[in-house]
Amino acid sequence: MRRSFLAVAAAGVLALAACGSGGGDTNTGSGPGGIKPPKIDKLASLGQGEGQVNLVAWAGYAENGSSDPKVNWVTPFEQKTGCKVNTKIAGTSDEMVTLMKSGDYDAVSASGDASLRLIYGGTVQPINTDLVPNYKDIFDFLKNKPWNSVDNQMYGIPHGWGANLLMYRTDKVNPAPTSWGAVFDGASTYAGKVTAYDSPIYIADAALYLMKHKPELKITNPYALDDSQFNAAVELLKTQNKSIGEYWSDYTKEVEAFKSGNSVIGTTWQVIANLAEADKAPVKAILPDEGATGWSDTWMVAAKAAHPNCAYMWLDWIVSPDANAQVAEWFGESPSNKLACDKTSDKGFCQTYHASDADYSSKIWYWTTPTAQCLDGRTNATCKDYAAWAQAWTQIKG
Amino acid sequence: MTSLASWLHRHPRARLSALLTAPLLWLVVAYLGALAVLLISAFWTVNSFTGDVIRQPTLDNFRTIVTEAVYRNVTLRSIGVAAAVTVIDAVIALPMAFFMAKVAKPRYRRWLVIAILTPLWASYLVKAYAWRVMLANGGLVDWLFGGEGHGPGYGLPATVLVLAYLWLPYMILPIYAGLDRLPDSLLEASADLGARAGRTFWSVVLPTIRPAVIAGSIFTFSLSLGDYITVKIVGGKSQLIGNLVYDNIGAANNLPFSAALATVPVLVMIIYLVAVSRSGALEEL
Repeated sequence: MRRSFLAVAAAGVLALAACGSGGGDTNTGSGPGGIKPPKIDKLASLGQGEGQVNLVAWAGYAENGSSDPKVNWVTPFEQKTGCKVNTKIAGTSDEMVTLMKSGDYDAVSASGDASLRLIYGGTVQPINTDLVPNYKDIFDFLKNKPWNSVDNQMYGIPHGWGANLLMYRTDKVNPAPTSWGAVFDGASTYAGKVTAYDSPIYIADAALYLMKHKPELKITNPYALDDSQFNAAVELLKTQNKSIGEYWSDYTKEVEAFKSGNSVIGTTWQVIANLAEADKAPVKAILPDEGATGWSDTWMVAAKAAHPNCAYMWLDWIVSPDANAQVAEWFGESPSNKLACDKTSDKGFCQTYHASDADYSSKIWYWTTPTAQCLDGRTNATCKDYAAWAQAWTQIKG
Repeated sequence: MTSLASWLHRHPRARLSALLTAPLLWLVVAYLGALAVLLISAFWTVNSFTGDVIRQPTLDNFRTIVTEAVYRNVTLRSIGVAAAVTVIDAVIALPMAFFMAKVAKPRYRRWLVIAILTPLWASYLVKAYAWRVMLANGGLVDWLFGGEGHGPGYGLPATVLVLAYLWLPYMILPIYAGLDRLPDSLLEASADLGARAGRTFWSVVLPTIRPAVIAGSIFTFSLSLGDYITVKIVGGKSQLIGNLVYDNIGAANNLPFSAALATVPVLVMIIYLVAVSRSGALEEL
């Protein structure tokens, strides 16, 4: 991760140089690095709560007891602050961006493939971390990252993170895989039983594999792919498609496919592996040698938030040790607050999820929106943007 | 109040327009209006970074759909699935409807109709997921075919199977209604004139219920053509037009391209309806 961070930082510096001193809202660039985020003042001090707050969140991020009476960190927040929480669940990063653009919401739990678009689109405001007391207990390796900050200015509070892992049936897959090659070059061994994540962002998984195994392509960041690199990744996925049994985006569907043996190997999340194991499916999930792609979510506040004080209170609440531990356990991801590890009901939780393991975290390439301006800092090449990724994904599935 | 009533009584045209304004508005605004917006937005594009819609008419979306092989393949696949579902449903529905209308005792008919309708009360998703379980590796269907891995598994055949199951009532009911209108005396006359069962079916029954079969086929064909959930649940890695429309809204945030794609099934249905009306079947409905 450090290399890509430096690259993006370098891109930022180049972009600043290009913009010059007078460059404000020129909007001529094609993406991050090409344009500066619009100037928005951060909140100077926290006032009284406004009585309510409207959130856009991933399913399971703002539970009020309606899914499971024991899973509830929204009601205590409402009682403590007097801010009534209205949650809108979004299914994809694109949906989150669209909802936030509507201007009806105060805060959002954005993944890395949404956060930059929100920052540069002027949809979210920079965060005054002094007003979020729990920010000091956030793991340092989650702070000031390219997907949650610009020029060391945080645009949100890290919520938690997880890796896309390689899961396999221990009784059907022999020998045990250690590399993503098992679902790419070696996929035909398990033809018809391989599964993959159903989203254009999965192209990055193929690019990550090529980065390690085809050095001549010179891929340095799986989200910054020029023509030839992109085509190589797409070709790899088209070959993989021949062995795919089904793609998944609904996690219950994957649990069940592994349980029945319709899928025996493929990408997964830790929470899915846990659920499958709980269902007595003989599965194991590993972080392959090449590293992995993953998500790191950030709570952000809308630039024109109608309830900024309540939004800040929510940001502080959701990363407070108790709430952060609960949400991490419910969703199956690493908490961002180091004190949360003492609060989980399963004492081995942070161990399982490698929560404090900066080394493990650094092996993960977090979801980022691909843009025409190469994210790895190259200026002599044009990269494929997300629209091209989406179109290619249709082609791959055929 | 009385004066308004008497005024309306004296002006039948005003009465009629007052009665029809609301439903007509609904038809024009909600149905035709939505179709018009769909058509217009199909000519727009989106800015790939900000996701904003650019309202400048261009043929780019349609050019992509026509020139890229993948969209042609998916369209043909969707039409093939819809046609297969329609044929399977017709083949199953004909004898079933005939039994209901002509063989079963009249007092049982009502119960048979209810039995056909009951599955429609259960949620679509429940039924599709039930099929997913049955089609799973080592599931019921595998067992019927003789063991784990012998069944069709997930894929296009499974999609056709489940869609045929889901839309079967929409084929049976019109055919049943058509057969119900067919007088028994015609069948007896045919038998009296020496026709065997097969001959009676081809020369008497089928021509009479042809409009009913076509009405049923319009349901099964159009419902299958637009479906994207069943194929997501039991279709394995297959994608149909509906999935492309869905993915372009959900994943790619590209509403104009989705609109352009959505015109494809509309076009297919228009061609189908024109072909059907040429054959004169629509007038008999």
